[in-house]
This record gives sequence, structure tokens and C-alpha cells, in this order.
Amino acid sequence: MKTIYFDNNATTQVDPQVFEAMVPFFKELYGNPSSMHHKGGEVAPYIRQARQHLADLLGCLPDEIIYTSCGSESDNTALWSAIRTQPDKKHLITSRVEHSAVINNVPLLRRLGYRISEIGVDKYGRLDMEEFLRALSPDTALVSFHWANNETGVIFPVEEIAGICHERGVVFHTDAVQAVGKIPMDMRGSKIDMLSLAGHKLHAPKGIGALYVRKGLKFSPFLVGGHQEEGRRGGTENVPYIIGLGKAAELAGLRLGEENTRVKALRDRLEEGLLKIPYSMVNGDRVNRLPNTTNISFEYIEGESILFHLSHYGICASSGSACTSGSLEPSHVLRAMGVPFTAAHGSIRLSLCTYNTEEEVDFALEKFPLIVAKLRGLSPFWKDDGPAESTLLTCDSDSCNLCG
Amino acid sequence: MWEYTDRVMDHFENPRNVGVVPRIDGEGQVGSLSCGDALRLTIQVDKDKDLIEDAKFQTFGCASAIASSSALTEMIKGKTLDEALAITNQDIAEYLGGLPREKMHCSVMGQEALEAAVANYRGVPVKSAQGEVICKCFGVTDVEIEKVVKTNRLTTVEEITQFTKAGGGCGQCKPKLEELLARILHQQTSRSSEVKPGRMTALKRIKLIEEAINTQIAPALMRDGGDIELVDVDGYEVLVTLKGACASCPASKATLADFVTERLRALVDDHIVVKEYHA
Repeated sequence: MKTIYFDNNATTQVDPQVFEAMVPFFKELYGNPSSMHHKGGEVAPYIRQARQHLADLLGCLPDEIIYTSCGSESDNTALWSAIRTQPDKKHLITSRVEHSAVINNVPLLRRLGYRISEIGVDKYGRLDMEEFLRALSPDTALVSFHWANNETGVIFPVEEIAGICHERGVVFHTDAVQAVGKIPMDMRGSKIDMLSLAGHKLHAPKGIGALYVRKGLKFSPFLVGGHQEEGRRGGTENVPYIIGLGKAAELAGLRLGEENTRVKALRDRLEEGLLKIPYSMVNGDRVNRLPNTTNISFEYIEGESILFHLSHYGICASSGSACTSGSLEPSHVLRAMGVPFTAAHGSIRLSLCTYNTEEEVDFALEKFPLIVAKLRGLSPFWKDDGPAESTLLTCDSDSCNLCG
Repeated sequence: MWEYTDRVMDHFENPRNVGVVPRIDGEGQVGSLSCGDALRLTIQVDKDKDLIEDAKFQTFGCASAIASSSALTEMIKGKTLDEALAITNQDIAEYLGGLPREKMHCSVMGQEALEAAVANYRGVPVKSAQGEVICKCFGVTDVEIEKVVKTNRLTTVEEITQFTKAGGGCGQCKPKLEELLARILHQQTSRSSEVKPGRMTALKRIKLIEEAINTQIAPALMRDGGDIELVDVDGYEVLVTLKGACASCPASKATLADFVTERLRALVDDHIVVKEYHA
């Protein structure tokens, strides 16, 4: 069975060129770049070059990049650096739809006495800018919004937000893990102070991330250790992975055009085809959106069931349904958007990349209607060609918070 | 990815007995669309033999919910109503070669739908729907939780969530679940030694109260970092000082007093009232 991989927002396949670039650093080029001998010395130029590739992708200076182990470490580093370098400020702003690496710091920060404003989104997943502007205060230590949402692909106006923050002297961080390599960015012309990225979302391996920190910004390390990364992140350089991320960044830069033309067209073809299935809908703003992502709900059926049937045909996707999240409630992103519960549990995210083909899209379009029809045939909420009358839509309204 | 057994995947991909029976004699509906899974079970009963002739299901839910429903219908067909009612959620899970712990609530849902369908046929109220709603997010009652805890020998609140979904939403009911679990577990461990005396003198009652507190209640509280001291007994009113693990928390104190009352009523007399002594 051929695998059709439509889950590139979860992780990507390591590009063969990336892998090839990494191999020598597991073999002969094993030196520690800090060592004062030729084995150490021979590694340094490669790291310098890799850093330059990543800097080129972001449009920043090489020494504005700090390597980390993953996107979550980058996010945590940015957050806690902003807090530690501004001990007098006790307020932070973020949104309700961030990645858990940011959002799960909120309860801890509240216990430590910080005030946190979690800005909401509208039904299209767009940030409530007025609420954001109202929340800004002289006490704000950090504003952190993701560049693009991992589930819907909806893009936040981070450049505009960065400008507003800059004017008010507030530090702005963006989790750009989903955006890097999919949309163009240039830190030179931007007021963004910090930006997180993760290698495995752009065809580098898992276990390598980076944080862009604008030159001159006060910084406090998250992982305290040696002098690596100019004392900003302890720990011996993960040389092969740094090289891998450099190669991946170089390739991402070259493929940025294709991502926004061919991949976007594939996504649109897939989306348009799926919308022909009755009682389906796109979740999120279809205009300001990553070129590779679509999030579609199929009403009256449940996401995990859809995923297992898709997997049966070799198709990989993901879902915001409760059953797939490990929690018992549907995704916090869809709930923040107010997606009706008839649709939230049946949401499927399809995220493409440059490796995907038209044949794959057409194969998926052939299988999806069969799967949806099969599951609707089992569903107590479906009869013949439409929703069935059912008393099970909500439970007793006075005993259930979800139904409200 | 969940690790489902081949049997789960078989029942998910090739579900048996989908739909509605030709003549609906009993119908059970559990869950809801908003909660993420829902099951409608219909049964056709041979009234002379009190036997389930046919059973069909419609399920909205994940792979294990569909598989559990399918398995349930296979298990109950041809059984008498009483035989069917003896099926536990464990039996459903075992029929499928086991379910991931996080998915056990799917088997519970199947069992509850069966109970509801039989109750509907017999025209009697559903037992587990009665009682006090503990988890408001998923509408789970104490009666339901107690049954699942006992059937599956659960010992943690996390397990209660995995088996009933209770506590899996906002999480506000978790202290209540802790309390309920403590009560159920205590009942189980002390049931053997529980022989309530009949009529007794005031002196004997005081002695029994003292003994119950010293030998059973205090050790139970101490295990969780709390303590209790008997101050006075006035008729059926028992005055105590209480120390919870979280002494400043009024909720935990109320919980503690409830626990002590329940124990003393079980061990000494149904009329006991526990009051907290404030010096």
C-alpha cells in the first residue's frame, strides 16, 4: 500500500538531501566544535554555513539565531527570557489558539502572580485585534502570538502586531513553527523580536529547532550551560542536526515559490473536491491561510473513525476530534472559534507539501465520499441523505456544560 | 496512534448489526453528539422466552465506540434479558481482545445502552441515570461511577475518567470524584468488618463511636495527611476536630465531615450527626 502523506503540519519526511548532508557528521566529522584541535576545527565552517542558510530563510543575521532542541524549547526560551529580563513587568498577552508549548505555561505563570490576557478569535479563527489593543498595557512584558495556526493554517497579522508592540516598547514573540518555509519572511524589515521554528516541519529531522532573537534584545538563557551559542543556550552543539536544518532551510527557500503555487493549487483542488460532500465545511479563514493546509468538518461523524478509514487506504491526516486529542474535548482551537459541536468532532486537517501529487489528491477525493457515507450510515444522527431527528444531539441541557 | 486489537479493527471496519430492529421493543440511547460519542441500541424481544431475538445499533464515535457497539449486539443476541444484563463493560472489552485504558468508556457506553434498552422494554427507570450528576461536562452520575469503579476495580480518579469520561472536561468535579472514590474504596475494604449493632445504651454508643474513630476513621484520614479528634458526644451528635491535608480549604473540610458522617453511620448508627468543634 502506498502512503499518501497529508499530515505535514504534524511532521514531515526528512528530505533525502538533508539526510545526505547530515551523514558525514555521524562519521568522520564527529568533532566537538569547541575543541582546540583539528577535529573540532574542521566542523566549525559547516556550522557557520548552516547558520547562514537558516539566516537567509528568515532574512536575519547568522548570530541572531540560537539553536534549540525543538519548537517547544524555542517557545519556552522566548517566554521566560522576556519575563526574566523585565522583572518589573507582570503581564503577558497571548491567544486562545496557541500551541501547547505556549498555552500550557499560562497556569504556571498565573500561579507565579502574572496576569495573562488570552485574546480570542472570531469564527474564522482571526485574532480579535481590538481585544488585543485593549489588553496592551505599560505592564506588558511580552506579547506572543503564533504566525500561523497548526490546525487551520490561519495566519495572524504578526508584522502589524509586531509594529504596534515595537511602538509601545513591548517585546513581541511569534511561534512561527508552522509558517517557516511556507510563507516568505524577512526579519530585516520586521519589528518581530523573537521567532520560534522547528526543523521537523520543514523536512529536517525531529530534535532540532531554533529561536531568532533580534540583535540588541535583552536575553536570558533557558538552558544554562557552557559558552555555546554565545552563552545563550548551553549544551554541546547538535552538529549533524544543525547541518540538517541548514540544508532544509536552503531547500525551503528554493521551494517557497512552489509551495505557494503548485502546493496551494493541490490544496485548493482537494478542498474544493471535499466540499462537494454534503454537510461539510471549511474551518478557518480561507484567505489568510497557509498554502498547504485545509481543515474540513464532516458533520454527524467522528474524526478518529474517519482517520482510521483513511489510514486503511494509506492516507495520513489528523483530526481535532476529542478522541484523537487524548483529552475528551475537541481541539481548543475549534472551540475557541466556536465551531458547532456537530462539526468539531468530525474535523479533519489535511496538510500538504511539495512531495504531494495530483494523483494523490485525486485518490483521496475518490475515497473520502465512501468513508463519509459509510460512517454516516452508522450514525444515529444521519438518515438517508440528511441529518436525522435525534434526541441525542445534546444531552440534558441542565447537566452538561458542553451543550450549554 | 491507538493500539487497537485486530478484533477491534475488524468490528470497526466490518460492523455487525448496524441499523434499527424491525420491531423496536426496547431502545437505549446514551451519550450525545456534543460529548463526542453517542449510541442508539434497539432490541426485539421474544416475549414468551424473555429473550433478545435481534439487536441493532447506530453509533457516532471513534473506532472503539463503533467496535464496542458491534460487539455488544453480537454478545446479546439470543440471550435472555437477565443473561444480557449480567454482561459487564469488562466482558465487552474482553470480547474485543481488550481496549486501550483511555477508551474503556466506549465499553461502558455499550453496557449502559443495553441497560437502558432493557429498562425501556420493561418500563422501569434506568438505574445509572439516577443519582446525583457529578461531572457536569459529560453528565455522569455517582451511581454510574460507583458501578464502574466496582466492576472494574478502579483505584484512581484518572481511571474513572478513562472509564466514564467524568472529570475529562473542565476538571472542576475532580475533588468530588476523589471524595466519591474514597468512599467507595472504603466501603469495599471495610464491608467485611461492618456489622452494625442493634439497640444500644448511650454509653455503648459512645464507646463504639470512639472505637470507630480510633481504629478506622483516624487511620484512613492519616493516610492522606489528615487527622481527627473526638471532643464530645451528645446523644447522636458527635463533636470532632478535623484536620485535612489542606487545612485552610473549606471544601476539603466539608468533604472530610461528610466522610466521617458516612463512616459513623455505617459503623455505629444511622442517626449520627457529625459537627466540627471550633475552639
